[in-house]
Amino acid sequence: MSTVLQDPLAVETPNYLNQEYGWKSWLFTKDHKRIAVLYIISITAMFFIGGIFASLIRVELLTPQGDLVNSDTYNKFFTMHGIVMVFFFLIPSIPATLGNFFVPMMIGAKDLAFPRINLLSWYIYIAGAAFALAAIVLGGVDTGWTFYTPFSSTYSNTFVITAAVGVFIAGFSSILTGLNFIVTVHKMRAPGMTWGRLPLFVWANYATSLIQVLGTPVVAITLALVGLERAFHIGIFDPAIGGDPILFQHMFWFYSHPAVYIMILPGMGVISELVTCFSRKGIFGYPFVAGSSLGIAIIGFLVWGHHMFVTGMSMYASLYFSLLSFLVAVPSAIKVFNWTATMFRGSISFDTPMLYAFGFIGLFTIGGLTGLFLATLGVDVHVTDTYFVVAHFHYVMVGGMVLAYLGGMHYWWPKISGRLYPEGWAKFACLLVFAGFNLTFFPQFILGYLGQPRRYHAYAPEFQVLNVMSTAGASILGLGYVIPLIYFLWSMKYGPKAGDNPWRATGLEWQTTSPPPTYNFETTPIVTEEAYSYHTQKETHVG
Amino acid sequence: MQLPLFPEAASAVASSVDYLYFYLTAVSVVMTALIFAAVFFFAIKYRRKSENEIPPPIHGSLKLEIAWSVLPFLVMLTFFWWGAQIFFANASPPPDAMDIYAVGKQWMWKIQYPEGQREINELHVPINRPIKITLASEDVIHSFFIPAFRVKHDVVPGRYDIMWFTATKPGRYHLFCAEYCGTEHSGMVGWVTVMTENDYENWLAGSGVEGTMAQQGERLFGQLGCATCHQLDQQGRGPILRGLYGSRVQLQSGQTVLADDAYIRESILNPNARLVAGFRTDVMPTFQGQITEEQLLQLIVYVKSLAIQGARPVSEQTSAAPGGAAATPENPNTGGKK
Repeated sequence: MSTVLQDPLAVETPNYLNQEYGWKSWLFTKDHKRIAVLYIISITAMFFIGGIFASLIRVELLTPQGDLVNSDTYNKFFTMHGIVMVFFFLIPSIPATLGNFFVPMMIGAKDLAFPRINLLSWYIYIAGAAFALAAIVLGGVDTGWTFYTPFSSTYSNTFVITAAVGVFIAGFSSILTGLNFIVTVHKMRAPGMTWGRLPLFVWANYATSLIQVLGTPVVAITLALVGLERAFHIGIFDPAIGGDPILFQHMFWFYSHPAVYIMILPGMGVISELVTCFSRKGIFGYPFVAGSSLGIAIIGFLVWGHHMFVTGMSMYASLYFSLLSFLVAVPSAIKVFNWTATMFRGSISFDTPMLYAFGFIGLFTIGGLTGLFLATLGVDVHVTDTYFVVAHFHYVMVGGMVLAYLGGMHYWWPKISGRLYPEGWAKFACLLVFAGFNLTFFPQFILGYLGQPRRYHAYAPEFQVLNVMSTAGASILGLGYVIPLIYFLWSMKYGPKAGDNPWRATGLEWQTTSPPPTYNFETTPIVTEEAYSYHTQKETHVG
Repeated sequence: MQLPLFPEAASAVASSVDYLYFYLTAVSVVMTALIFAAVFFFAIKYRRKSENEIPPPIHGSLKLEIAWSVLPFLVMLTFFWWGAQIFFANASPPPDAMDIYAVGKQWMWKIQYPEGQREINELHVPINRPIKITLASEDVIHSFFIPAFRVKHDVVPGRYDIMWFTATKPGRYHLFCAEYCGTEHSGMVGWVTVMTENDYENWLAGSGVEGTMAQQGERLFGQLGCATCHQLDQQGRGPILRGLYGSRVQLQSGQTVLADDAYIRESILNPNARLVAGFRTDVMPTFQGQITEEQLLQLIVYVKSLAIQGARPVSEQTSAAPGGAAATPENPNTGGKK
């Protein structure tokens, strides 16, 4: 993007960043863009905290003996890695940051429907995160992020209630964000922005919001029951007083499987934006890509039992959950095929966001296909609760969601900050992330089929070579995450000015200045075309 | 340095799981290759050649959408069908399966054999015989996992879980706890030794025991005072247990229930939950917290040994179990201090 015009006027353009200064102007802001920035800072901090635990896990697993830390400490490492990453990074990651920033802009709205509630949801998130961090500082939690009973409710001697309260509180943040998005998409679309013209990122966030609103209360109730059981022995989950520990798993996964789609759907939305922009072409099969987001959201609520095939659940229930788990793979496959087809006869550039999109398609394909192994009853019995599962969900959550998040951050960074990031460093970091990721997690599929159970502090000596490979990969991956943090911060001051639309993208968010003014648009835009109408794009912009 | 890439297959089901796994892997590799190839090919062939090029619009194709929704799903149905076949075949043990009992306890596996042997973190099984393992947990959820057999089953406290397998290859194989269970979860590991029928008989004979499991249960029955009310041949304050196991019991509530492991377990721990018709609720105390899961299993095996009407108590039998292990002299102190 070396040919971008350095518009001298851009310096003085009033925008959401220079409108007001001082910490109060941030902490009391009602601007969705500033709230998105608050979220970016918060979840980045949580990501690196979760990352530190991941690093400690990988260093411990260099040797088969549990020799770096004791077992209790190791158990706390993977528990806190999971809790921090799932509830405080992955779930809010794209909706609360890129969604918060761009859903209103992409539909031509001035803000979300409820700006105050939006700010409230950030404070609730911070309160939840404070409890989670308090649980860590006080001495940690050792239940695993899944809080399985009766271990969590009766046997663990750690700060289970503190961590559960943190997750419980953070859930309300998620619910409020979802509610805000749903109302915004229904009521605040610009004239001409019909449902059939919504950018796919908006569809994806809309589908995500439905899950957040419908699913999150269930996990809140479940964790509240764990807390009550711990404190008052009410006998919901403890079999010694008439409870059923498996009931917990049904309730937990009723939310936490759809939560997987909370984590991946917005990422899919990002990829739809990237593939179209960098192929300069409309999406292939718009109604199918949009509809598949809703399909995933709905069917995603009916598959939770596939986490429980070896719990002794009725085999007919297992049959049903297996079949529906295959069914939910269809809409995901539809997306991958349509993204690929979108590239057909396109004009494909290799800017960093597109490299992340390529990475996503590759890793998500592997993550999705290995999910089929786990939906297959006879095979799941062997690989469930092993490293195969660990590898599978990291391919989806990290290979999928984190790559989409990074791709989206690079794509929209010029709009968010008004600056360009250094392209060479960005490509280098993207390559590190891709290579490091595969080296970390691919050996874990092999380990899983060999039978190494997950959450093992010490492991059988013959598994060492594959574990060493995994740790080596994690080191490269970690470096790949630190580099973007540095150059994004650097570019805020030293990056070249981006201009309004450096990628020549079609979305409404690119039709306003960079960074955008407080209410996004000078005048309310009027939409006359479908999303991604690259073929009718005017030639006026200098690319 | 060892670098195994594939686990040993040492059970009857292992190779069928492996074949399905190979099939899944093959389909996945083909799908991944197709998608990667398409992405690479398009990315190179259609790379941007000039900054101002505007490619023609393509809106989509209903035929393609249907094709790439339906065809993959049909392939997935083959996974589903095959996977369900294996799963259903493994769901219930054959009637002639040999019984072994395993109790998970933070952080060890306690194994009991009907012949009376008891082991910790070691399981010995004969080759080519279906083995049924009744699983119980003393505390949290554990999971009994033998990778070389491709079998795994959660061990849920408060009930019995059943798993079974037929070992096909002599050797020593890992036994893992696969469900996270606290501090020493990764230390809750052991070995499964698969032996030829002869070696197994020798092993049974060579390990000293204090009576068969049923005899251990009978002793416990006496020590706990059960015999005061549950008399063998005449009606006491509790139901007669001879001939009970496997029969249908008329309950106070008017329902009937099959007297199986689960029902006997519940009747010991929570006697009033499903009270037999004609008996009073204030007679039998709960034994919850009084006895271990291992003892509970011994009592159940004892009650089971009374199943046949008119059968003598096991202590009067000369050879209650194969292997001659039952002849070992009794030791009244066994049965539960573990």
